Amino acid sequence: MNLLEKLDAAAAARKAMLPEGVGAFGIPIEEVYSATEARIGERRVLLLGTNNYLGLTFAPECIEAAHKALDEEGTGTTGSRMANGSYYGHRALEREFADFYDCCSGIVFTTGYQANLGTISGLVGRGDTVLIDGDSHASIFDGCILSGAEIIRFKHNDMADMEKRLRRLGGRAETTLIIVEGIYSMLGDQAPLPEIVELKNKYNCTLLLDEAHSLGVLGETGQGLVEKTGLLKEVDFITGTFSKSLCSIGGFCVSNHPQLDQLRYVSHPYIFTASPSPATIASTRAALQLLRNGSDLRKQLWKNCTQLYTRLKETGYILGPEPGPVIAAILDSPKQALQIWHRLLENNIYVNLILPPAAPDGKSLVRCSVNAAHTTEQIAHVGETFAKLYHEVLQP
Amino acid sequence: MTDNNYDEIVQLLCDRLSSLASADVNITAETNLISDLSIDSIKLLNLIMEIEDAFDISIPINALADVQTVHELACLIAKIKSAS
Repeated sequence: MNLLEKLDAAAAARKAMLPEGVGAFGIPIEEVYSATEARIGERRVLLLGTNNYLGLTFAPECIEAAHKALDEEGTGTTGSRMANGSYYGHRALEREFADFYDCCSGIVFTTGYQANLGTISGLVGRGDTVLIDGDSHASIFDGCILSGAEIIRFKHNDMADMEKRLRRLGGRAETTLIIVEGIYSMLGDQAPLPEIVELKNKYNCTLLLDEAHSLGVLGETGQGLVEKTGLLKEVDFITGTFSKSLCSIGGFCVSNHPQLDQLRYVSHPYIFTASPSPATIASTRAALQLLRNGSDLRKQLWKNCTQLYTRLKETGYILGPEPGPVIAAILDSPKQALQIWHRLLENNIYVNLILPPAAPDGKSLVRCSVNAAHTTEQIAHVGETFAKLYHEVLQP
Repeated sequence: MTDNNYDEIVQLLCDRLSSLASADVNITAETNLISDLSIDSIKLLNLIMEIEDAFDISIPINALADVQTVHELACLIAKIKSAS
């Protein structure tokens, strides 16, 4: 099979799962009206397929900051920070992230994906080990592959399984980086951080926590799972993304280990990428301030999460183990998931469709992302529509 | 590696793989895990976790890049077992 035939085979597999004309992946969004509404085709749809958890995509403070940076500094930096220099905004945002997490060092990356890729591949290498959760995001997995370290998976959120694998490592545990996520993107469940920290200390490992989905969502000031659990000082490295609660694009890593700054000289995903544009950095800085002071937004977000989670659970849907901004209905077959997804869109509700092997355990997911800008009425409408489809599609 | 060890590992792998493959596939040491069994990458990784527990070893995911057949997987397991 030649290179192009391999792609044909992948296309055939996709077509077998998704009938012709059903564009569930990369759906064209024609116009965006607000943090909760957009136009898909001729439909004005309610958006529950974004990661806009605090609903800040149209925050005037962020838009104004981006406009100003665009006017004053231009459209792009046209190169990497190593070769072309660091703008004031890059350095300021790094200081602001370090301050937010009470850490001595912070690095900004051009995407959230690169934050994991660059941090992991900079921290570990051949001869080291990474111990990752079985449901880890692709950016974590790819970072591990790039690093050349030995990759060991443990069963998702299963602490007995994690300890078993740490025990098997023996003396190599001391050069092991454990990587977990604050909120997992598939089912919306949280890592059992207190137990993970206990094991990390028992086996003398290093711990990296990815707060991509939990930044802005968990904790009084929105730091994430570290704040909710009071374990900020126990986590060695925290990564995260700007593309969810902060509504732009980019990523970060913070740490109290001053060695973090050396990543700037060894991490290819940091060195060989153009730095974030001034407008991106400016809107992210404004959004970070709103996030830090956004306890009311978090209150509204959690009200919405609980409302939808409870409604779907009462209806009979199998969901992830706890409420959160990611609420996934777990379905037995791609056909069921596709039917629900399609019927939701016909009812002007856009959610995410996730099919095997991307979904855990061979299941299929219809995944909602709730945000603080959704109104109680909008969430109630989504719940009612899901309930109607449960009876029409799953229990006819 | 003794022949006994190798045979035991192959037997265990064939038993575990038969639960994932369709009934009409005869699994042998030469069976290709991906092309013959049509097992997706996630199912294969989950199977590896079961195998790790059965032998009380850890199999680095990176090492699987060179594994295509049941025979190659059995050799890898035997190598890790003998080193641990």
